[in-house]
Amino acid sequence: MTKSKDKTSSAGKYPLNETKQLELYQLMAECRALQQRAHDLFMQNLVKGTTHLGLGQEAIAAGFGAAMRKDDYTFNTYRGHNHNYVRGVSMTAILGELMGRDIGQLRGKGGSMHITDTTKGAMGSYAIIGAHMPIAAGAAWSAQYRGTEQAAVCFFGDGTTNIGAFHEALNFAAIWKLPVVYVCENNQYMEYTAIGDVTAVPNPAADRAASYGLTSILVDGNDAELMYETAMAALDTARSGGGPTLIEAVTYRHYGHSRADPGKYRPDEEVAEWKNNRDPLPLYRNKLLEAGMPESKLAAIDANTEEMIDKATEEAKSSGPPPDEIAFTDVWADGGAAWRN
Amino acid sequence: MAQLSYRDAVAAAIAQEMRRDKNVLFLGEDVAAAGGVFKATVGLLDEFGPLRVRDTPISEQAILGAAMGAAMTGLKPIAEIMFSDFFAVCWDIVVNEIAKARYMSNGQHECPLVIRSANGGGARFGAQHSQSIENWAMAVPGIKVVAPSNAADVKGLLAASIQDPDPVLFFEQKSMYGLKCDVPEGDYIIPLGQANIAREGSDVTIVALAAMVPKALKAAEVLQEKHGLSCEVIDPRCLVPLDTKSILESVSKTGRLVTVEENPRLCGWGAEIASIVGEECFWNLDAPITRITTPHIPLASVDVLEDLMIPSVDRIVSVVSEMD
Repeated sequence: MTKSKDKTSSAGKYPLNETKQLELYQLMAECRALQQRAHDLFMQNLVKGTTHLGLGQEAIAAGFGAAMRKDDYTFNTYRGHNHNYVRGVSMTAILGELMGRDIGQLRGKGGSMHITDTTKGAMGSYAIIGAHMPIAAGAAWSAQYRGTEQAAVCFFGDGTTNIGAFHEALNFAAIWKLPVVYVCENNQYMEYTAIGDVTAVPNPAADRAASYGLTSILVDGNDAELMYETAMAALDTARSGGGPTLIEAVTYRHYGHSRADPGKYRPDEEVAEWKNNRDPLPLYRNKLLEAGMPESKLAAIDANTEEMIDKATEEAKSSGPPPDEIAFTDVWADGGAAWRN
Repeated sequence: MAQLSYRDAVAAAIAQEMRRDKNVLFLGEDVAAAGGVFKATVGLLDEFGPLRVRDTPISEQAILGAAMGAAMTGLKPIAEIMFSDFFAVCWDIVVNEIAKARYMSNGQHECPLVIRSANGGGARFGAQHSQSIENWAMAVPGIKVVAPSNAADVKGLLAASIQDPDPVLFFEQKSMYGLKCDVPEGDYIIPLGQANIAREGSDVTIVALAAMVPKALKAAEVLQEKHGLSCEVIDPRCLVPLDTKSILESVSKTGRLVTVEENPRLCGWGAEIASIVGEECFWNLDAPITRITTPHIPLASVDVLEDLMIPSVDRIVSVVSEMD
């Protein structure tokens, strides 16, 4: 895996102390537990509708989560549980939303694909491919205009690189030098089709960076510390008026596109390689142990994570469905839905 | 009162609100340095500077996405989509994102923005630059829809739209940009959702919007003079929120309803009004509700053909005079 095509690697520029390393590990472990639990609940028929898991892709969200300022903005896709979680949306709120419970983050009005918590800068999960890319540019424009040095981070998949909004947003962000970081999580499959089969260039985001006057950045999205460092560098650029960054982080989703998809179009050996040898969570665990991190500290995080996810699951399960009346609220700013007098 | 053109009223309203609130920004294609292709935003760049009045690339999704992102994070953007036909290339941002953000987020997202656009026919621009799409907008829950018929309403309604906490699609009828009327000076606001009784009458209610309003008023004069019919002309001004109360009160009085719509026939806004009046005012009706619309075909470019399609004064006179 290339760390950065143009020798702009930020590796080593943002050293992680033990606290940061443990934060990174903890975020990944908690995202993993959350995604696995979402899967298990789906298999128990407790999740309404569909859900798109980012299992295997946790290092990217965790790297950014550990790097971002509290008042920064994130925009993500329907595969967005990891990104919302690292900003501070609780496991209970996410699982509750998946299960359509009143305790859910959106009380069931949004569902798995739309988790949002504006109080935490988690500015929404968007289920139309590419649409959130210009919206993230708008939040960055707002931060630029208000002079707050906030940055917007926009996560999207490899499939997004072939839709028009990708091009419009990147050009727009580049010409206005907007403080936005675009992060392509290249999990190598747009829905059910390999991205390489439908894209004119090998690296769907990185190879297009030059079109927008941006540096081509291609990183191993399963390397948690590299993701943190890459995030720090891009956020520094954004805050210092350097404009947007486009990052392609190569990763792999352990499961199919959505829970309706067993992912059979992928060769078994490829799936096995990514799950067994390139899974970001054990990779990072081993790296920390090799570097001398006491095992007890990681084990404590693991145990706490298990406790958290069980508690969140019980909380979510114990909540009932939302009350009927909220179906008719919050179309308008006055809280109502009236369109006539 | 000063005489202002419809186009100058656009700039006047934007300037009024930008002076009032530094968080009001304006973006679009050729809107700043060029003052807009219809010259409706001349002078704004000079007064408010390039940080608040910004030219964009030809990127309608980026324009509306940027407006939405800014609106969600504390600003009050005004975006221009040069021709309303171009909404077709960015309708996703309007329909799936802007319109639904508040609801889907359980009330968390704010989306106070205005999208202005030149709408409608009469300028001989052909089928891709002449459509009346206010009925597309009306069909989507979560956006307000405004379509003024004169310069005074442009100023008051555009200012109200900018102040409104919800997303507003503001349709300017492009054949009317040069039309002048008395416009109140100073800060001027017309609340959204209040129809204007443009002419009082007792025999027939004619509901007309935007460029159809002056045609309906002219037809009403002819109908009075030549046929002795007293027409009440109602300009809803907003399709969402819709002032059904004024329409129902008028039809209760006159017993007859004609809608005059520039949009093509199927699912035009007049059909919704006809449905409401049919359900809620049926026993006061003395004649079938009649809709006058552009036929359900794309608009031709050349004047002689376009004029056959868009409802005319003659067509309104003819239809109304032949009602039972």
